[in-house]
Amino acid sequence: MTAAMIVVDGLTKRFGDFTAVDHVSFEVHPGEIFAFLGPNGAGKTTTISMLVTLLRPTEGRALLAGHDVVREQAAVRRAIGIVFQEPSLDDRLTATENLEFHAVLYHLPPAERRRRIREVLEMVKLSDRADDLVERFSGGMKRRLEIARGLLHTPRVLFLDEPTIGLDPQTRRHMWEYIFGLREREGITIFMTTHYMEEAEFADRVAIMDHGHIVALDTPEALKRQVGGDVITVRTANMDQDATLIEQQFGVRVQRYKDELRFEVEDGETFIPRFVREFPGTLHTISLRRPTLDDVFLKLTGRTIRDAELDQKDVQRNRLRTRFGMRPHR
Amino acid sequence: MTWHTLQAVYIIWRRDMVRWWRDKARIISALTFPVIFLVVFGNGLSGAMGPLVETAGTGPASVGGMAVDYKQFIFPGVIAMNIFFASIFSGISVVFDREFGILKEVLVAPVSRGAVALGKTLGGASVATVQGTLVLLIAPLAGVELTLGMVLRLWPLMFIGAFAMTSMGVALGSRMKSVEGFQAVNQFIAFPMIFLSGAFFPMRGLPTWMEIIVKVNPASYAVDPLRRTVLEAQGLPAFVLNRLAEFGLGLELFGRPLEVWHDVLIVLGFGIVMNALAMYLFSRGE
Ligand SMILES: Nc1ncnc2c1ncn2[C@@H]1O[C@H](COP(=O)(O)OP(=O)(O)OP(=O)(O)O)[C@@H](O)[C@H]1O
Ligand SMILES: [Mg+2]
Repeated sequence: MTAAMIVVDGLTKRFGDFTAVDHVSFEVHPGEIFAFLGPNGAGKTTTISMLVTLLRPTEGRALLAGHDVVREQAAVRRAIGIVFQEPSLDDRLTATENLEFHAVLYHLPPAERRRRIREVLEMVKLSDRADDLVERFSGGMKRRLEIARGLLHTPRVLFLDEPTIGLDPQTRRHMWEYIFGLREREGITIFMTTHYMEEAEFADRVAIMDHGHIVALDTPEALKRQVGGDVITVRTANMDQDATLIEQQFGVRVQRYKDELRFEVEDGETFIPRFVREFPGTLHTISLRRPTLDDVFLKLTGRTIRDAELDQKDVQRNRLRTRFGMRPHR
Repeated sequence: MTWHTLQAVYIIWRRDMVRWWRDKARIISALTFPVIFLVVFGNGLSGAMGPLVETAGTGPASVGGMAVDYKQFIFPGVIAMNIFFASIFSGISVVFDREFGILKEVLVAPVSRGAVALGKTLGGASVATVQGTLVLLIAPLAGVELTLGMVLRLWPLMFIGAFAMTSMGVALGSRMKSVEGFQAVNQFIAFPMIFLSGAFFPMRGLPTWMEIIVKVNPASYAVDPLRRTVLEAQGLPAFVLNRLAEFGLGLELFGRPLEVWHDVLIVLGFGIVMNALAMYLFSRGE
């Protein structure tokens, strides 16, 4: 037994000769909110699938609540709840029937079953729709019902794979409040994935994932500190020339991103007046902001998360082309 | 099997029953397809074929006072057909469960895969038995007389056949990745199996190759006991009932006429093998 709730060591998944998750290692502490942040295709869902016993790892090991995810599947399954990225409700059943189905599979005694079903429906504000068929629900209502279902059997670890997809901002906030409350009350451990930076900020610790690797893992604050003080973005008349110029004159590392130059400085507020005074070229715009996790991603991979997602679409298109015997192109 | 496992099997079974009950289109087609079959084929061919067993005329089977015509002959065949398609459909519906993500929810629960496969099989078999029972409602259209004894004896026979065929469906569906495969199974497995089971033609004067196919086809042994039971309730003399195979109305194997319990053993054996296979394929996971 270890103190950590989840221990992952060298976990790897290959599909044919494609490596979706590549020797990933990390630990999640009890009561922690742990987030995977990364672009489409980074390997987030694949990692979760291995942790929840749906996929067998190609290599490596993972322990959940002290149980091996390959050899002690039954014990692992009893300890977890999951909200899948893809819909997984039975449309032909009512909300209550979907929850009953789940409750029986998870061995809740009848009295507790009814009580918990009432509780979780109340929590996601679906009590008045309890006996409606799920096929009549909106996308957001279905998502809320899935979250309710994941919590129904009070798991020790709750996996949330892109939990807020399709939710409006208000429901999203609601859900987060509920998740924080849950951790307070029940000490539940939460493992979530997202590609929204704002959401990853709610987590205690964030693992940034790209191409099957964890490229950084720390608290959101510490990750952002890696970037340096503030992020300055400028647009100038002559980008190529000015990039080198700024690097030489101000001793910073400039990254060109589309039609902007970005760099980090310790103290942005005092840097800007000095920059405006001393910059020899023609300056169109200048702005300052606190670093986001996207800046961290940019710094570590040379791409923003959005770019990475567009790349991923190319990869997928090319893979399809290859499959249908067409020549891949870029 | 623990209490928990039994409950899991039950809830998976119940889900399929509830889904069936709410799918009115499926219920209606389970009623109309047999009607069309009996009315169109039954009437169309009864005249052309004449009585299959004539107990009054001068034919080889003359015995006095009774006749079995083609409509009565295919009536148990139509019951079997309804059961058969419902079974295959229910079994293969694991593909739909996978496609719509519901299977993941079940597979990640602390329930053995064997229990999941068993719940699916029993659910499908129950639905199929109900759909077979629906055919009994149109017995008058076929000129078949219903007796309580006959219905009570048909039910277990229907269920055993349904269990075997659903197991086969689950086994097929458990490795299938796409809904498209379902169409292929229908065309290359389900249709040939039901049409070459003796459900719709008497086993008399068949080409040898066809007779061989019918006899290795497990579905034939699900049809046969239904027909024996139905015909027996029509008041045929024992003389005819004992020699159904000679009239092409019953199966014989290795030159020996079969009895209901032979059929039941064969179907049950096939069902158990298929069920074991379904459970095995299911528990191997992805
Ligand atoms: N069953 C599979 N067979 C082949 N390749 C797969 C399979 N499942 C996933 N992949 C590939 O593995 C990679 C990682 O996929 P995964 O679903 O884990 O990404 P993700 O980080 O969850 O992305 P998203 O944010 O889009 O959900 C992708 O390139 C995907 O195409
Ligand atoms: Mg994913």
